[in-house]
Amino acid sequence: MSAKHAVTSLVLAGAVSTALATLASAGPLTKAEADAAVAAKKEKCFGVALKGQNDCAAGPGTTCQGTSTVDFQGNAWKFVQGGTCTSIELPGGKKGSLKPV
Amino acid sequence: MLPEAGLSFAASFAPALLDPARSTPEVVTGPNGKAANRRYDVYRNNVTVSLIDALAAIYPAVQRITGTDFFRAMARFHVRSNPPTSPLLFEYGRDFPEFIAQYEHAQAMPWLADVARIERAWLDAYHAADAVPLSPARLSAVRPDRLADLVFIPHPAARCLRSDYAAVTIFAANRDEAPVMRIDASTPEDALITRGEFDVTVRRLPPGGAVFADGLMSGRPLGEAAASALEAASEFDIAANIAGLIEAGTFTSLSCGDPS
Repeated sequence: MSAKHAVTSLVLAGAVSTALATLASAGPLTKAEADAAVAAKKEKCFGVALKGQNDCAAGPGTTCQGTSTVDFQGNAWKFVQGGTCTSIELPGGKKGSLKPV
Repeated sequence: MLPEAGLSFAASFAPALLDPARSTPEVVTGPNGKAANRRYDVYRNNVTVSLIDALAAIYPAVQRITGTDFFRAMARFHVRSNPPTSPLLFEYGRDFPEFIAQYEHAQAMPWLADVARIERAWLDAYHAADAVPLSPARLSAVRPDRLADLVFIPHPAARCLRSDYAAVTIFAANRDEAPVMRIDASTPEDALITRGEFDVTVRRLPPGGAVFADGLMSGRPLGEAAASALEAASEFDIAANIAGLIEAGTFTSLSCGDPS
């Protein structure tokens, strides 16, 4: 530990006590409220089950035969247009590129 | 069929599934012993498409950022070079972020691999074991002179990730369908991923917060972790970070350094 940044017990005790005060300021739920919240979350998580999906996975408009041997070419950059990457900027005006770099 | 016969069939059936350059295995035949290339291609296609779909389900923000066509092309390259090693589909694609970091056509999006790492951590947190988060009352029971040596036991779902880019903002903006406003990607952001009960939460950590969280989660005592965080960021706020980590459900229990 660096001596310069040694954190004394006193500083830690003050920080922990402040932290606990912050945490306590959120009022505790009653048992009924907590149960209701847990039940709602359970429903959210476990309420949806996907139906069996054993069909051809290729989707509509394809024959599902032989398509695996038709591969995309290496110049995948030309497909970028569909995404949100053009909203994401780096300094110097660089952004998600529509062109090969 | 004997188990050995089943295994040897799989061993001859499977290798060409992800490699279009290989011919249809000889054990696969149509009626009257005819070649069954088109029939075998159905399997090839379904294996490839379902693995790409698994990656799309695990990395939805990455897909939204790149667009579906780019994503599926990139995923296809990954599927070809990194076939699954586990029969559990949710385990698939653990090495996809690293693949993205190296992927030639994603170099213009240097933040993309970090966004993928957050998405992977999100899924790992989702599937992590349940555990009751640490109650603040436990911390208030610790004697002040023992605080510096206090060790926090991490929750099984808790993860901490650091990025040189605004990976948390980019992740959050792309995990739903809302329009994406301009984002300056150059601000470094660190992520804390937790799942206190059922919902996975991703938080952006304040300056020094990742050093502190990382330290505590890897078992370093409170005094040491706080000192390292202050060294990393002089504005590091010990109280706010302790409160924030506990509130997020980052830990399950405390240990005072000795097992008794």
